[in-house]
Amino acid sequence: MDATTLWLTIAAIGIGTFALRFSFIGLSGRLALPAPLTRALRFVPAAVLSAIILPAALRMPEGGLDIALDNPRLIACIVAAGVAWATKSVLATLAVGMGALWALQALM
Amino acid sequence: MKPALGDYIAGIRVMLPLLPGAVPFGMIAGAVAAEAKFGAAAGIGQSIAIYAGAAQLASTQLVAEAAPALVVVLTGLVINLRFAMYSASLAPHFAGLSFRRRAMLAYLMTDQSYALSITRYTADSGMTALAKARFYLGGAVAMWIVWLAATAAGFILGSRVPPSWSLDFFVPLSFLALLVPGIRDRAAGLAAVTGATVAVAASGLPFNLGLFLAATCGIATGYFCETRWASKKPQQGES
Repeated sequence: MDATTLWLTIAAIGIGTFALRFSFIGLSGRLALPAPLTRALRFVPAAVLSAIILPAALRMPEGGLDIALDNPRLIACIVAAGVAWATKSVLATLAVGMGALWALQALM
Repeated sequence: MKPALGDYIAGIRVMLPLLPGAVPFGMIAGAVAAEAKFGAAAGIGQSIAIYAGAAQLASTQLVAEAAPALVVVLTGLVINLRFAMYSASLAPHFAGLSFRRRAMLAYLMTDQSYALSITRYTADSGMTALAKARFYLGGAVAMWIVWLAATAAGFILGSRVPPSWSLDFFVPLSFLALLVPGIRDRAAGLAAVTGATVAVAASGLPFNLGLFLAATCGIATGYFCETRWASKKPQQGES
C-alpha cells in the first residue's frame, strides 16, 4: 500500500469511528430513544465487555483460540473474575490475575 | 477545591488503575505499525485519527498482509461498531451539553471511559450533565495521553518485551475488572455469559464480526430474560 492510500485508509477509519462514537451523543436532546431501546442499552457493558474478554483471554500466541479447560489463561481469568467479584478492586484483579497466569505457566 | 476540579480528579482517580493495562496494548499497536513499515507519522498518527486499539491492530495487520483498502476500512469500522452502542447508552447523560463538548466526549470514547462513567452515572443519579462530562473527561484525557505515549514508545522501541511474559493478558484482565462489578442481576449475568460464549463460537467470522454478533446476542438475551421475568412475577403473585 503506498503512502497516500495508507493515509486515506487511516483517515477513513478515523472519520467513520468518530461518526460511530458521535452518532447518538450528537443527536441527544433532539431524539428521544424509545423505552425498549433504553432498557436494552442497560445490557451493553455486560454483553460487549464479556465478548471482548473471553476470546482475548483464550487467544494463543500463534493465532486461534485454546478452549481446553486446563488452559492457564482460562484458569487465571476465572480466578481474576472471583477476585473482581469479591474485592471490586481493579488493581487486585490485575495483580492476582497476572500472578495466577505466571504461576500456572511456570508450573504447567 | 472547586467542585469542578473535584469532578475531573474523581474521573482521573478511577481511571488510574486501568492505565497500566493500556501500556502493553499500545506498545504492541505501535510496534506492529513499525513492523508493517508505516512511517512515524502514520504509525503514531493513527492513534490520534482512529484512537481505538483493537481496530488499529487489526487494520495494521491487514495492511501488512496487503489487503485491499476497502477491506481494511470495513474491518476497522466493524470492530468499532460497539461505540455506537456506547454512544446510545451515554447520550441521555450528555443531553443539553454544547455541540463542541459532546464532540470532544465522543472522540475520547474508549471501552474503559464508557464502562467507568456509566457505572458512576448509574450509581449517582444526582449528577448534572456538566459534572458527568467532567468526570468522563478527567479519565478519558488521561487515557488518551497514555495511549499516545505507549504507541509512540512501541513504534520507536519495537516489541522488546518477550511474548512469554504474556503482557497482552493485561487487556482482558482490565476489562474483567470493569465487567464483573457491573453485573448486579441475573439478566445482566446472562447477557455476559451469552456475549462471551457467542464471541468464542463466532471468533472465526471475518472482519471481527463475531464481536458485534456476540454483543447483539448478549443484549437480546438480557433484554428478553428481563422482560419475561418481569411479566411472570405479577402472575405468580396472583396464584
